Amino acid sequence: MTKNIVILGGGTGGTLVANRAKKVLHDLDVAITVIDQDNEHLYQPGLLFVPFGLKAPESLVRNRKNQLKRGINFLKAEVVSVDTASNRVHLASGDSISYDVLVISTGNTLQIEETEGLSGSGWGKNVFTFYTLEGADALNRALAKFSEGKLVVDIIDVPIKCPVAPLEFCQLADWYFKQKGIRDQIEITLVTPLDGAFTKPVCNRELSGLLRSKGIEVITEFNTGQVDGVSKKLVSYDGREVAYDLAVVVPLHGGADFVGRSPGLGDELNFVTVDEFTLQAKVAPNVFAIGDAPNLPTSKAGSVAHFAGEIVVENIGHYLQGEPLSALFDGHTNCFIESGFHKALLIDFNYETEPLPGHYPSAIGLPLLRESKLNHIGKLLFEKLYWYGILPGRNIPGIKSLMPRMGKRFENQEKGS
Amino acid sequence: MTVATYAGKEVTVNSEGFFEDPSVWDEEMAPEIANSFGVPELSERHWQVIKFMRHEYETKGEGPSVRALGKSSGVSIKELYELFPKGPAKLAAKIAGIPKPHGCI
Ligand SMILES: Cc1cc2nc3c(=O)[nH]c(=O)nc-3n(C[C@H](O)[C@H](O)[C@H](O)COP(=O)(O)OP(=O)(O)OC[C@H]3O[C@@H](n4cnc5c(N)ncnc54)[C@H](O)[C@@H]3O)c2cc1C
Repeated sequence: MTKNIVILGGGTGGTLVANRAKKVLHDLDVAITVIDQDNEHLYQPGLLFVPFGLKAPESLVRNRKNQLKRGINFLKAEVVSVDTASNRVHLASGDSISYDVLVISTGNTLQIEETEGLSGSGWGKNVFTFYTLEGADALNRALAKFSEGKLVVDIIDVPIKCPVAPLEFCQLADWYFKQKGIRDQIEITLVTPLDGAFTKPVCNRELSGLLRSKGIEVITEFNTGQVDGVSKKLVSYDGREVAYDLAVVVPLHGGADFVGRSPGLGDELNFVTVDEFTLQAKVAPNVFAIGDAPNLPTSKAGSVAHFAGEIVVENIGHYLQGEPLSALFDGHTNCFIESGFHKALLIDFNYETEPLPGHYPSAIGLPLLRESKLNHIGKLLFEKLYWYGILPGRNIPGIKSLMPRMGKRFENQEKGS
Repeated sequence: MTVATYAGKEVTVNSEGFFEDPSVWDEEMAPEIANSFGVPELSERHWQVIKFMRHEYETKGEGPSVRALGKSSGVSIKELYELFPKGPAKLAAKIAGIPKPHGCI
């Protein structure tokens, strides 16, 4: 009998899992359905470049359905809840769909309303975000007019998608205003709830040094409780204040709302609770989650969706054949960090190994944790790789889902971190 | 690693003051730990949070973040900052004798 694999969310993770499953599981008599609330696939890493006029907003969007291989069903519908006891997905239209295997890849939602004042009178005037397409576009116009004062980039709280993006934004802003010859009239400050620019020690040291060398101030352990768009300041829960002229805010993130409405599926923040190695949901053996949706102890990044996607497809195959789930994810994450002036850094890490210096994917390759022009080219090529390599679920030569140890200088790893 | 004495018992804590072994903690130690980190008195509201932290750690193997605390402990984020100034999740974890909440990556 045909088994129904239903995939919620047709973004990075959902698309690549559908395409890969179509290819890898073709012997198993499966029908694959992808459900998404809209038909516009946004290349999110491109959002970083929009505010600086380096990317046109419309160039980042493609037809969602067209990214799916022939034979995969696409359904445009909003998911309102999942009943894992009866294996049914409920849709906003009132219809429901049954599944044999469910993959949740509905990403994150931005919870702008959860922060006092964020959507208030300053929104779109002196408070912006580049985490949405409209936001990035509006910020592009605001930056073009900005000629002096305090530019503050604020992370309200973690987790966020692509945790290095705000750091990249600061460095690109430094480049942008230097190009315009007005850098000395602008202060750039990063405000973060973390105790450093990045959570992992070796990487934190490297990135903090880089920011300092560019004259970017970092204010740490600042938990934003309120954004006051009238007197133009951020106020922390413990009463500290940071004044700004232009605030670029990364809003709170959470899992999709329907996760909260589905008994047993997620945690307090609506992230799906999964086994961090098999990616199987705790609530039921025939439910998996990948990408930004699960509560994995690693970054929320497209590369994680990519590597975890391969693991999930393998485990779905095992599950359907009644075998133990033997494919285990190691938390492999790989991120380019754009640092301005046509340079970038690259970091590669997993659950156990923090980002270290060396080379990727092996002793010969892109330099890790060091600025280079080659990495910048890598970052730009990533867009092509995304549409033509990652989304179609292709095997990419030299790139494996598990983190390579070769090429990394382990003597730099901090003990006990 | 250092040794601290709470309620007359010696316990090992890491450089930031988090317990190395959460199982050696008991409720009598809490007021003294709190004191040493600048919280003079533990009210009923403090205890509500401390007990919640212990419960979360025992069931999930990890202490909650401030956001998770604000959503599920019955104490708002604003009040959490009043009860446990600066970093409520970290400070409450120390007082509850559980490891540092990981935060996120
Ligand atoms: C500014 C920015 C820069 C980034 N830079 C990088 C980078 O350089 N490198 C990198 O690797 N990653 C980067 N990322 C992160 C990367 O884009 C995400 O991690 C990745 O897209 C996650 O994939 P996903 O499938 O989990 O979620 P998404 O791709 O976000 O897809 C989720 C899908 O679910 C759908 N959906 C949600 N709720 C429902 C519902 N109720 N019903 C129906 N459909 C629903 C949505 O419409 C969406 O299509 C960046 C992200 C941002 C915001």
